[in-house]
This record gives sequence, C-alpha cells and structure tokens, in this order.
Amino acid sequence: MIRVVLPPHLQTLAQVGSEVTLDVTRNGPLTRAAVLDALEARYPMLRGTIRDHTTAQRRPFLRFFACARDLTHDPADAPLPEPVTTGQEPLLIVGAIAGG
Amino acid sequence: MSGVRVLVGTRKGAFLLTADGKRKRWTVSGPHFAGWEIYHLKGSPADPNRIYASQSSGWFGQVIQRSCDGGNTWETPGGGVTSEPGEMPRGESNKFVYDVSPETGKPLTTHQWYDGTQHPWEFKRVWHLEPSLTDPDAVYAGVEDAGLFRTSDGGTTWQELAGLRGHGSGPKWQPGAGGMCLHTILLDPQNPRRIYIAISAAGAFRTDDGGKTWRPINRGLYSKYIPEPTAEVGHCVHRIALHPSRSNVLFMQKHWDVMRSDDGGDSWREVSGNLPTDFGFVIDVHAHEPETVYVVPIKSDSEHYPPDGRLRVYRSKSGGNEWEPLTKGLPQQDCYVNVLRDAMCVDSLDPCGVYFGTTGGQVYGSADGGDSWAPIVRDLPAVLSVEVQALL
Repeated sequence: MIRVVLPPHLQTLAQVGSEVTLDVTRNGPLTRAAVLDALEARYPMLRGTIRDHTTAQRRPFLRFFACARDLTHDPADAPLPEPVTTGQEPLLIVGAIAGG
Repeated sequence: MSGVRVLVGTRKGAFLLTADGKRKRWTVSGPHFAGWEIYHLKGSPADPNRIYASQSSGWFGQVIQRSCDGGNTWETPGGGVTSEPGEMPRGESNKFVYDVSPETGKPLTTHQWYDGTQHPWEFKRVWHLEPSLTDPDAVYAGVEDAGLFRTSDGGTTWQELAGLRGHGSGPKWQPGAGGMCLHTILLDPQNPRRIYIAISAAGAFRTDDGGKTWRPINRGLYSKYIPEPTAEVGHCVHRIALHPSRSNVLFMQKHWDVMRSDDGGDSWREVSGNLPTDFGFVIDVHAHEPETVYVVPIKSDSEHYPPDGRLRVYRSKSGGNEWEPLTKGLPQQDCYVNVLRDAMCVDSLDPCGVYFGTTGGQVYGSADGGDSWAPIVRDLPAVLSVEVQALL
C-alpha cells in the first residue's frame, strides 16, 4: 500500500485523517502521476485541488516531498523513491507557506 | 413565516445566522469550511433546504458544496468517496472548463489584459451561484475569468453557456481591480428565457432565449475612466437588482453612478440624485415596494470606506434621485469598512428585512425596512456575501 499525507484543508475536504493509504495499480515503476490518479479516483472531491483539471499541472502553491527530498520539480512520470513504493515512507503533499 | 436564515460567506468560512420572524435573537452556526474563502452561498427558491456554496482557496482552487438539509450537513456533489479502488469518479462538481468547441460559433480564447494586450481566459473561481427559481437541481454560476456556467444535476457537472463569451465583444472585456468576474445573475421571474448578468469590467448583458445568445445592455452608461466613455462594453458594473413583480425595471450600482432602466436594460439613466457619493458596490430593492431601493455609498474608488467614517445605508422610496440616510443603529464615527457587491440582501417577511455585511466582519440587520439596524454578529472574517432565506 502507498501512503500519502494530505495538507489539512484537503483532509477536511476528503473527510480523512492526515494520511491515506492507496492500492496503486501499475505496470512499471511507481510514479507521482500514478499515485495522484489513484488518490483522485478514491477521493473524487480532490480532483482539481492538487492538479489542474485539464492540464494536470500541479497547482502553484502545492509541493511534493518524500524521504526528505523535494520532488516538486521532478517529472510527474519519474519513479518515486523506493521507500515510498514499499510503504515505508509516505508521499507528502504540502501547501506552501504563503498568504493568510 | 416562522423565521429567516442568513447565509454569510467570508474570507475564512461560511456562517449561518437564524432567527424567528421577529429577527431579534439570532443563532450563529459556523464556521463551515473553516479557513476557505466562501465567495457566495445561496438557497434554492424551489427548496429552501437546498443550499449551494462556492468554496475556494488560492492553494486548492474551486470546490462546490451542496446541502440538502438547510446547511446542517454538506457534500461535494458527486464527489463522495468511491467504494472500490479504481472505480471511476462519480462527479466533476468542481470542474469548470470553458467551452471552446466549434459548435459554439465563436469560441473566445483571449480577453483584454491590464496592459491592453490580449490574454487567455483562465478559470479562477466561482463568484456567484444563482439557483433556478423552479428546479432545485439547476443552478447558474458566474465565474472569474468572466463566464456563465449551468448545472442541471445538482452541481455534479457544469457546462458553460458559451454564447455569452461568443457574443463577439470578449476581446474588449478587461479585469477590474478584483479580477474579471461575472458577479451578477438575475433570473427573470416573469420570463424564464430572460437572464441578466453583469461583468466587471465589461458591463451588463441580457439573453432572451435562455442563454443561447446575448447582447450588451449598456446604453446610457457613462464611464469617464475608459477611452470611449459611452462604449458598448467596458463598463465596470458593480451590481444590478430588480423587484420580482417588475422585472423590466433594473437598478444598477456602477463603479461610479447609480443607474435605472425601465426597459429591461435597453437604456439607462442616472438616479444618483442627492447621494453623498455615487460610488459603491451593493444595491437592492425592497421586497414589497418596487420603488424602494437601498445602496451603501462608499467614498471613492481609491478610498473604499464610507464617507466621513459614517456607515450609512441610503434609501430611496421614489425609485432613485431622492435618497435618505439610514443611520439608526449603525456606527456614525470612525467606521472604515467596505460593503462588497454580494453582501446585501432583503427578506420577504413583512416588514421587509434588510441585511448587509462588511469587510470588518459585521453583519447588520434591519427588521423594519431599514429604519433601524442592529449588528447580528460583529467579529466574523471579512464578509464577501450575504443572502437570506425566509423559512415557513
């Protein structure tokens, strides 16, 4: 199972705790795009809140971290770190510290 | 009538204020959607338990919320948790995608930007939700960048009425200071095929065929801040209001000027009269007196607060031109709040109730048509919108 940590507002919106677990279908390496696809399929109310509906681009004030690394600017189809693929570490979706 | 429910959207959540028909003692519920901007909430005239809310955030974008029990519980339409991994999502309730299909005739992809260049249309948020007068599942949404959307399935999916942007003047529309927003939607209770809308800064438009085709209705407006002051489009209309019994009579608060039309917007004349300033945002009409109109004058477009630090609602009982200040119960010194365009409403009780909210977080109510006022709440986040429902 893949672990994903959501920012507080998205926890409220999806009515979940800080961390959700996902069974991600994949044919090759686990990617951020595949995790987000699975997350949005399980929690449809999150569609559009992390990635743009049409372009699938990351919303500007969100970042992705895992294993103490900033993965935000890695390609969405790049393999995620091994500890994420085994469930040892979560993928963190973090709201930028900006505004009020 | 057994009571009223006031729906308040703020910068940091929604609040529901309820009272019996006397409107003296209030119960406050909230914050709902704490921490999110709630640009607007509105109940269905066909089913008061059905309420729609526009929830948005600079981080997470747009979400549509719906309540079927008068605001006690909320759901994202069609967005419930799927039961099986990989199951297809059941809805797209926060998906607003402009229609650029060839079938719309003239799909527009750009509008005028602040520097005069053309800029692509980009969805930002829903400013205003206008439920159908007859169908609880049908709602219109006015959005930024300016466009009009409609749902017929209770908010689960939204489709653009692309004929508005396809009208042809879109490249001349431009954002106001608050963005290029479609903020006013008036459904004609006497003609279900007629809808009025207003855009900052493009002006007012009308359809007479249920939204397929539109035309600008800005003749008589004079805006000295645009290159051609009497242009067909480009006017910064802040709000329009009508009385249900006379839906061809419109009252407008423009950037500057309070205006009136007696022919469904075909022509306008100024009725600012003796107002201390004719800049402002809100305007509304008494529920039982079609010639009684309310505005809240704001000092100027560079100083968004009441003149002289005195918060005064002005009322005209003659359809404009002659205005009287209403001050009883309102702060008459050191008051420097603003009242935003969606933050005034009237209820249908007798006597008519009038409500407005401020950027200082106060919501004021009057249970006697504006003669006297009292704060319902004083310390909410900045108020973006105020709507009221009369409850049986």
